[in-house]
Amino acid sequence: MSRLLQALFGRLPIGWLQLTHNRTRFAAALAGVAFANVLVFVQLGIMNAMGTATLKPYTFFQADLMISAGDANALSEGGNVARQWLLQAMADPDVADGVGLFVGNVPWDRGDKDISLTTFGVDPAKPGFMVPDIAADLGLLEVQDAALLDRLARGIGKEEAAAIRPQTPLSFETQGRTVTAYASFTGGGGFGGDGYMLVSDQTFLSLFPARTSTAPDHILLALRPGAAPEAVIARLRALISDPSLRIRSFAEAGQEDLRYQQTRRPTGIIFGFGVLIGVLVGLVIVYQVLSTDVADHLREYATFKAMGYGPRFFLGIVLEEALVLGLFGFVPGLIVGTTILTVMGKITTLPLAMTPAMAIGVFLGTLLFSSLSGTIATRRLAAADPADLF
Amino acid sequence: MDPDTLVDVRGLNHWFGSGEARKQALFEVSFSLTRGSFTALMGPSGSGKTTVLTLVGCLRAVQDGSVRLLDHELNGATEAGLVALRQRLGFIFQGHNLHESLTATQNVMMGVQVRRGVPDPLARQAASHALGLVGLADRAGYLPANLSGGQKQRVAVARALVGNPALVLADEPTAALDKDSAAEVVDLLKRMGRARGTTTLLVTHDNRILDRADRILTLQDGRIARDEAPRG
Ligand SMILES: Nc1ncnc2c1ncn2[C@@H]1O[C@H](COP(=O)(O)OP(=O)(O)O)[C@@H](O)[C@H]1O
Ligand SMILES: [Mg+2]
Repeated sequence: MSRLLQALFGRLPIGWLQLTHNRTRFAAALAGVAFANVLVFVQLGIMNAMGTATLKPYTFFQADLMISAGDANALSEGGNVARQWLLQAMADPDVADGVGLFVGNVPWDRGDKDISLTTFGVDPAKPGFMVPDIAADLGLLEVQDAALLDRLARGIGKEEAAAIRPQTPLSFETQGRTVTAYASFTGGGGFGGDGYMLVSDQTFLSLFPARTSTAPDHILLALRPGAAPEAVIARLRALISDPSLRIRSFAEAGQEDLRYQQTRRPTGIIFGFGVLIGVLVGLVIVYQVLSTDVADHLREYATFKAMGYGPRFFLGIVLEEALVLGLFGFVPGLIVGTTILTVMGKITTLPLAMTPAMAIGVFLGTLLFSSLSGTIATRRLAAADPADLF
Repeated sequence: MDPDTLVDVRGLNHWFGSGEARKQALFEVSFSLTRGSFTALMGPSGSGKTTVLTLVGCLRAVQDGSVRLLDHELNGATEAGLVALRQRLGFIFQGHNLHESLTATQNVMMGVQVRRGVPDPLARQAASHALGLVGLADRAGYLPANLSGGQKQRVAVARALVGNPALVLADEPTAALDKDSAAEVVDLLKRMGRARGTTTLLVTHDNRILDRADRILTLQDGRIARDEAPRG
């Protein structure tokens, strides 16, 4: 290692030699950097999982535009939209089709554990609004109280989920009715619910008697091929006289939801703050180690100054130390972080995982912030006055 | 200036502190050192010896008077200019000031690598050679913690001399050493000075060293009190 660095810098790797001279301190410093990395990894992992989980239900549908209530920050939040706007929108020459989307939470008493399914009510006659995988089974929902069930929902066993077929349906009691799942699709537990269920709008309305067919939660629109979404949105705004409604592309709706979860919801803010704390912990640890190291070697540095070494040389040593700490602290941090995320993912069934983007981002961040700490630590070098050596 | 003159100090005054506490440490000090000479600087404690050494060694800014070193005027020189000049000097301090994390060879290499572009193998070779000259070839890979006081000071001497400095400045380099080690270090300085034409200015109280000096300068209360050649 020493030889490698020597070839790299074209000088003795003093930073490396100095850091590794005191092995206990070196190990403690690496543990500190690794700890900061783990903090950031876990927080980022949770934020990522929140992103994946938030966008998950959007992947069930295929639509170009979505109209929602002004306060509908997420799919299952906010008020509903009058069905009359669906009819109005259909009048636009570029709108090919439209459908109302109902959203509600359905509890399921599983005996040992109650789970909550985010349930979408859709028109079974319009498979074009569903992704092909789900569209293929959509006809099954024509039957009253029929459902498609999330095979990855929490609390449902793998084998039990795999057995759901039209020949071997799975029935359960909820909201005073017997719902029967004839097929399954891939969803997954999120932060707001344990899984998903799809039913027809008719079934939805019987599960939620307080809701009416004239007020779905969202309106999905499909445009004619070649239509410009922005132009259609502008026309719809002029057409729809309720200015509080949100009219945006379906993809943008997902992104708005994500931004809302990450920046406005307490959980998002807490995890974002956690990343900040991790970065600060790392900064402070590296600064503390490096500035102590500089203070401990003031005489040696003053001697080097007397010998004619300039400021760049000293900055080089401290940056070398910062990079060594960042690099060698990152590796155990990555290993521990990956392990924790994997184990947490298994336990919570949240989509928690280490991603290459996270690893690369945190690695670059670690090097950047270590160098920053190192640069700050060199301020202490000013105290090394070679005239005091005699 | 005589081409044989390496250092020329004229009318050097120096003050420490400011305001009420301002105190003059040097008064109109003048002397010059010829190439290859071995000069001892003497005087009681507080007479200004170290101050002279730090001014000639480019470690402090000259306030008043003139110091010419290697054809450069130090009065008014820039910090970068002083740093560059220091690369051509060799310093030996009272303490050895070796870097605890570097081996003897690596410590000596630092004396070479201060000049840019010296390839690593060459620096290593020069360091080994210098360690051989101070009789420490067999301790090359030792860390300072595993060397005796005399050995450490010899490593420091090798570090000061490895870059072939034009001028070696030493402040009581033998104060912390026992008699034998002290004599050894001084002999070494003299020998290497003679072999390489290095000029040496050495602060000492040690009488045994005085016998070996070409010239003895004595400071008293910040003034040159005597300038004598013991065997001339
Ligand atoms: N950094 C300093 N600040 C203030 N006064 C100093 C400083 N260095 C030396 N002096 C004063 O300058 C005078 C000469 O000191 P010095 O050159 O160290 O003498 P010597 O080395 O002969 O013992 C002394 O009176 C000392 O107190
Ligand atoms: Mg002194």
